Amino acid sequence: MSRPIMRLFGTVVVLFAVLVAWTSRWSVFEAQALRDDQLNKRPLFAALHVRRGAIRAADGTVIARSVRQRNRTYRRAYPLGALFGHPIGYANIVEGQLSGLERSRNEALSGQRSELDSLLAQLQGKRRAGDAVVTTLDVAAQRVATEQLAGRTGSIVALDPRTGAVKVLVSSPGFDPNLVNAPDGLAPLNRDDENAPLLDRATQGGYPPGSTFKVVTAAAALDSGAFRPDSVVNGDSPKTVSGAPLRNDGDVSYGDIDLATALQQSVNTVWAQVAERLGKATMGEYMERFGFYALPPLDYPRDQMVASGERANGRLLPPTSPAVDVGRMAIGQDKLAVTPLQMAMVVAAVANDGVLMTPHLTDRIVDADGRTVERVEPTPWRRPISARTADQLTEMMRRVVDDGTGTAVQIPGIDVAGKTGTAQKGAPGSGITQPWFVAFAPASDPQVAIAVTVEETVGGSGGTTAAPIARAVLEQLLTG
Amino acid sequence: MTARNRELIGLIPASLLVTAGFAAVFLERGSLAQNEVSSLSLTYGAIFLGLCLAAHVFLRFALPDADPYLFPLVAVLACFGLVMIYRIDEQLARQQAQWFVVGLGLFMATIVLLRDYRKLEQYRYLIALGSLALLMLPRLPVIGAPVNGAYLGVRVPGVFVFQPTEFAKLGIVVFLASYLRDTRHLLVVGARRILGITLPPLKHFGPLLAIWGIAMLLLVVIRDLGSSLMFYGAFLALLYVATSRFSFVAVGLTLFAAGAWYLGTTVPHVTDRIDVWLDPLDPGRYPTEGFQIANSLFAQADGGLLGRGFGGAMLLTPGGSPLLPAPQTDLIYAVIVNEVGLVGAVAVLATYLLFVQRGFKVALLARDSFSTLLAVGLSSVFALQVFVIVGGVTNVIPLTGVTLPFISYGGSSILANFVLLALLLLVSDRARREAAR
Repeated sequence: MSRPIMRLFGTVVVLFAVLVAWTSRWSVFEAQALRDDQLNKRPLFAALHVRRGAIRAADGTVIARSVRQRNRTYRRAYPLGALFGHPIGYANIVEGQLSGLERSRNEALSGQRSELDSLLAQLQGKRRAGDAVVTTLDVAAQRVATEQLAGRTGSIVALDPRTGAVKVLVSSPGFDPNLVNAPDGLAPLNRDDENAPLLDRATQGGYPPGSTFKVVTAAAALDSGAFRPDSVVNGDSPKTVSGAPLRNDGDVSYGDIDLATALQQSVNTVWAQVAERLGKATMGEYMERFGFYALPPLDYPRDQMVASGERANGRLLPPTSPAVDVGRMAIGQDKLAVTPLQMAMVVAAVANDGVLMTPHLTDRIVDADGRTVERVEPTPWRRPISARTADQLTEMMRRVVDDGTGTAVQIPGIDVAGKTGTAQKGAPGSGITQPWFVAFAPASDPQVAIAVTVEETVGGSGGTTAAPIARAVLEQLLTG
Repeated sequence: MTARNRELIGLIPASLLVTAGFAAVFLERGSLAQNEVSSLSLTYGAIFLGLCLAAHVFLRFALPDADPYLFPLVAVLACFGLVMIYRIDEQLARQQAQWFVVGLGLFMATIVLLRDYRKLEQYRYLIALGSLALLMLPRLPVIGAPVNGAYLGVRVPGVFVFQPTEFAKLGIVVFLASYLRDTRHLLVVGARRILGITLPPLKHFGPLLAIWGIAMLLLVVIRDLGSSLMFYGAFLALLYVATSRFSFVAVGLTLFAAGAWYLGTTVPHVTDRIDVWLDPLDPGRYPTEGFQIANSLFAQADGGLLGRGFGGAMLLTPGGSPLLPAPQTDLIYAVIVNEVGLVGAVAVLATYLLFVQRGFKVALLARDSFSTLLAVGLSSVFALQVFVIVGGVTNVIPLTGVTLPFISYGGSSILANFVLLALLLLVSDRARREAAR
């Protein structure tokens, strides 16, 4: 019986060799794929042992920080609660869920550096720690803006037109990121389709911009050289646009008026005719120059932003498409879906002599020892219009605030340039409107550009609903 | 050097391993109190070494000629297992240590009571029936309870969950060794070639078919592919050694494969296991049946070549829920790979292989057929048990709930495997004495 025994032992050796082969397969050869598998939560749990960097407002106020827990892990805490739910987002490491700036700056916050760096740090006996992110956000102004929108649905974005720094970014209703980190905290927020608190309306909300879009139309008219501020167009109501009658607000006929007056009084028929004369190609070109039809260059997760422009069935429609009614697009109706951030970028470009600075939420990244690792320098993104056009537009927008539809935004001692908008929503005659206001101030030396919108009011207008909100935020930002 | 002196020297690596292992666990836990590290780990090492020495002294008197390597190899496995379990749960390690004491007692009792182990042959049908009864126990109401759909345990209220398969495997090996000793010549002499396949005569083939039927029944009764594979594999190994006919094994394997395929496609619990085996990382099954095997693989990937060190594996989520289910029993091999890496795991497998090699060596030395077959059967069932659980954890075969001998936590497993060791030592003592004569 000795030969069968030898062979049997040979079989056992083969079986054990298979075990060694399979163990090597999982522990060495396919280990990287297993570590990267989305079902594998181990890397996330390991990240819990890393002290994630803090997120601070421009003045140093802590917006997000990591709190050490008993089991040597860290928990994310947001001392200001819902105030910065947007745009900071949340970091639920256990579930691997990140959003907002927590996600777009995750590499810095979680201390992911190059292999060499981490090896050196390990040799020096340092624990892995995340870098802090100092933002451009202004706590007091964010608070004012949040209070202004309390109980309403809408959004406010304020930028420094000279640098592109985002000062205020509010989406209402917001959410408390501390809740997301509680067990089963995210699901109810996700399910709340009526209020959609997790939707960042500032970057994801696509709304008809109403008459605020006339700033873009006016920019195209002036900058293309086809019109001047004193060019005269007939402003009677109604006018046939794309085969259907278009009326002014209150069906008022203005006769022959210049463009400056047409902006001041927000005369629909004039701007529709201007756009029809400019043509779809020119209108489309200027929209793209201002950033329409592209994701904003903001340091924010790409899937938490949408591109602005004409939309049909959820998809962007090229401005030259036959389906575009250029006359109605010129007054911010038709199929326009525009984010508050995009409108803030439009007025910021006008305010900054026609140069659109790259918008950014991050000011600098600071390591655990307090050294600045990276600073976000102000960089021009595009030059949509000439300085001359910007000057002419500024003058026209000043008249809107001084003696036009936007007088409610007037601040004593500060000259404001702005434009109202009241987009019609729902069925014609339903009275459901979306008020807008875009502005920058001081007009002579712009420091703040702002876009305000409120969703679905009954009978509200840009001048009565949105302008007072813009005024409160501007006042806070300019006078403190 | 005498066999017993070699055994004594063989115990040194085991005691060093247990001391170093405990020290490593304490250090990883951050017990910076140096006293605790040195004194406690030394205490554990000393107690363990004391137990081993006691057993060794007993062997000097009882079985002076027995194989000198079997016991030290078991000591290495046992102390490694004790460190792993201590690292998982101190309370369990204390219980495991108590089971070791009981196990060593049973080990000595077996050697004393079964000095002439060949009298087991007289009771072979009783032993066979008893083993089958043991296997049926978990299906009985009240005391039996399914674990993950398999019927492997019997609840002894307040004490522990008794695993009858651990003892049944010994009984079945004893029965088969005895039965095949009687019939091996008849099976060979009467064999006929039918369609190019050599089949044993029907008269003696009948009981073999019955054994196949019982294995299939086991699969249905205990619903555990791994245990059935272990029993049936041991049967085929014995059949092969007894008859030297590979064709018998081929027929047996075909029958088993056919039966397993039929059950794998009809019994839902077995079907689930096989689906998970085919795609262990399927997100749809991950929260339920796939959780265990997927996390076993993730743990091994985390270990890599050299592992995270004793105490370095992540067993719980930060929320405190288990990340690796049953780390002290079924999935202990995954924890081993996680903590000591591929290198350490290969060392553990090599230790098992050495043990099996010594077992076969005993079989080769034995002068009578029953002793040879008994040693082959015990070694094979031991090797297969390692293959079934390690193969399950590494997804070579569907994962089933079998313990890793001498390493996994569990009283039944420790006790049964100490009896297995005692039987092998008994056979080897007689074989070596007769060979020396």
